[in-house]
Amino acid sequence: MAGRTISVGMYVLVYVVLMALLAATVGAAYLHLGNLTIVAALTIAVAKTSLILLYFMHIRFSGRRLWVFAVVGFLWLAILLTLAMTDYLSRGWLPLPAGWE
Amino acid sequence: MPDVTTTPVAVQFDDAEQQRESATIGMWVFLATEVMFFGGMFLGYAVYRSSYPMAFGEASRRLDIVLGTLNTAILLTSSLTMAMAVHAAHQGKRRQLVGFLIGTIVLGSAFLGIKFYEYFQKFEEHLVPGRGFALEGADPRHSQLFFSFYFAMTGMHAVHMIIGIVMMGVLIVFALRGKYSERYYNPVEMAGLYWHFVDIVWVFLFPLLYLVERA
Repeated sequence: MAGRTISVGMYVLVYVVLMALLAATVGAAYLHLGNLTIVAALTIAVAKTSLILLYFMHIRFSGRRLWVFAVVGFLWLAILLTLAMTDYLSRGWLPLPAGWE
Repeated sequence: MPDVTTTPVAVQFDDAEQQRESATIGMWVFLATEVMFFGGMFLGYAVYRSSYPMAFGEASRRLDIVLGTLNTAILLTSSLTMAMAVHAAHQGKRRQLVGFLIGTIVLGSAFLGIKFYEYFQKFEEHLVPGRGFALEGADPRHSQLFFSFYFAMTGMHAVHMIIGIVMMGVLIVFALRGKYSERYYNPVEMAGLYWHFVDIVWVFLFPLLYLVERA
């Protein structure tokens, strides 16, 4: 934040949007969205996280170096989830070869 | 005005700005390890939810949506008061800083109180994994698995909150002793990063645990 600060009004605005997103995520859960329920829930969660990271945690006003440190944990987590889930979700796709029972 | 005693720069740093930047980067490295720590549990959750979606949906409906939503709102509000505390520290307003820290502690404690009541309810309803577990349903065995994740994940989250509340208590003591000024408030800012991170964990826990299948 060196030198630059976020105004009180900005914090309050971010907070209001976060509360609206909370209402949206609860509301979306009661819609009949089928498989899209989880997509809607996670999309809203990612939006809330972005707001918290950018404004409450000041990432928006930090240098590039800090961006790397802030993003890398989530990047590793994405790798972990992607590789593991491609395995688990695709296990039933092909029949087991004979003798593998 | 702050004097030298209130703006300490440790010997290994050139100036206060470098010291602040080092603290911030160190904190983010720690938070990256925290992302991975909680990430393991989120992965386990994802694997079993994709394997037993019905059992997870059934179990999730037994959680109290009103208390869950209320708690999310409380935690988001506590993030606002924490951000305001850092803001006050940045401007060197000690009374405001202490006030917002107290507000954050109150809201964090309210969250834990509600969480405690929810746990109590789950014990009453025999929804705690183990021998007493009694959930009528198509697949109680895997509904029990959902509750194992529920208690492990919300439990670890609550532990983080307790640590955060203790940290804020320490910050209040130091703030009252005049350790922080607009030129030095790194500990307040780092505690803020920690608190917001704990908030982010809950932002994901809430929909994944309470909103699996409500429609």
